[in-house]
Amino acid sequence: MTPAAGAGLYSDVIRERWRRPRFRGELPGASASAEDVNPLCGDRVRLMVRLAGDVVEAARFTGDSCAICSASADVLAEMVQGRATAEARALEAADVLTVLQADVRPTRMRCVTLPITVLKQALGA
Amino acid sequence: MRLDEQTRGDFPILSREINGHRLVYLDSAASSQKPRTVIEAMTQYYERSHANVHRSIHTLGEEATELYEAARDRVQRFIGAASREEVVLTRGTTDGINLLAEALGRGLRPGDEVLITDLEHHSNIVPWQMAVRDRGATVRSVPLTKQGLLDLDTLDRLLSPRTRVVAFAHVSNVLGTIVPVAQVADRARRVGAVTVVDGAQAAPHLPLDMSALGCDFYVFSAHKMLGPTGIGVLWGRRAALEALEPARGGGEMIKEVWIDHARWNDLPWRFEPGTPPIAEAAGLLAAIEYLEKLGMDRVAEHERALARQTVEQLAAIPGVTVYGPPPTLDRGAVVAFSVDGLHPHDVAALLDAEGIAVRAGHHCAQPLMRWCGVAGTARASFSVYSSPEDVSVLSHAVGALRSRL
Repeated sequence: MTPAAGAGLYSDVIRERWRRPRFRGELPGASASAEDVNPLCGDRVRLMVRLAGDVVEAARFTGDSCAICSASADVLAEMVQGRATAEARALEAADVLTVLQADVRPTRMRCVTLPITVLKQALGA
Repeated sequence: MRLDEQTRGDFPILSREINGHRLVYLDSAASSQKPRTVIEAMTQYYERSHANVHRSIHTLGEEATELYEAARDRVQRFIGAASREEVVLTRGTTDGINLLAEALGRGLRPGDEVLITDLEHHSNIVPWQMAVRDRGATVRSVPLTKQGLLDLDTLDRLLSPRTRVVAFAHVSNVLGTIVPVAQVADRARRVGAVTVVDGAQAAPHLPLDMSALGCDFYVFSAHKMLGPTGIGVLWGRRAALEALEPARGGGEMIKEVWIDHARWNDLPWRFEPGTPPIAEAAGLLAAIEYLEKLGMDRVAEHERALARQTVEQLAAIPGVTVYGPPPTLDRGAVVAFSVDGLHPHDVAALLDAEGIAVRAGHHCAQPLMRWCGVAGTARASFSVYSSPEDVSVLSHAVGALRSRL
């Protein structure tokens, strides 16, 4: 196999976040959480947030998912920390994709958007 | 000559390159590719003979009707049905099962049971859940043995006079398990239950003989057996079809209509309301002709060898798990596998980068995935054009996967 093959989809950011996630794990004292599945593949993501007033103080995710979904959840958890809940709720796939730097085709977009959907559920959007 | 060497040139799509590599198409269980004769039969129909069937008294209408009914005759011969009246053309396997679930569901009473198995595709689970809903009936399921075979002892314990329907796959779309249809049908008959067989993964790969199978209904799709999407077959034993009240109405399925009632048409049209898939019937006919020319025994032997080769090569790779019956037992033309530490979708995406098409995910069989203890798997599957080289390319690529992410 050539190392370059598939690099468009599996960007360095995705590989790095999948191998060494920074925000995977339980969140003690979580104030809200939500969980959902991707009907296409059965992937499951759970997102937990701890709120301090109107600000997301901390976020963590758990679940069984592919590299793209896992990287998306990891990036999202990082992005929401320290943000106002209204701002966190407004995050979209494009925001996550900018960080992932990956060429995600439509068939895999659900892998990126599942954590975003779950976040909105957790924040009661 | 090997079957794939004989057939490859007939499938235009196989000359495609994917991501700079030769296309290695190992997703035929999801949908097979089409030989030129199937594509041409459909084009020719649209270019020369298209009109609506049965009610058009003009040359084109007659040609279209002849073609459509010729497809039925060809199906009858292909599956060993006793008569053409037993062959209902549907939109596919899912459509056929839903048709049966709707019609058989009407006869369900509180306390009745529909028996399925832990092997089933969602399309042979959910329609039955819908059929029992609000009728006080329940769906129960026959478990599997450790080897991934149907647990026939438990089947015997679950069968009772309450069992109205036993619905099961002939060949599992994940494990490749071949279910002994005649044995199950025989046991079901003894308690008076109707048997419905999902033949989606069997019809493309095994010689079929309805008289020997002993079931009441058998359904399959054209698109998995070299034919077009949008058409399928529902075979029913004549007595079973006659006992079935149609659940779907429309043109063609009636003899006479009044404002408040109607009289049903004869078999098989009673179950074919609306304009049928005519071009698709032309394609199905061409697909059966193609398969019959090869010979289904030869097709089965070719794919059995490929499945064996795949199981052997993949199982030898460290970190790879192969699912399904042990290699000593016969299996259908599918091999599900997983790679330690890699999600099946990542496996499929990385293989796609090498031009290899495999299926990944839950394969519309989530209860079976839970039995396997995983959320999903990757799956390689075969057809007449699949080659030992395809399998070698796959196992070589799978062997190198773990260093990729």
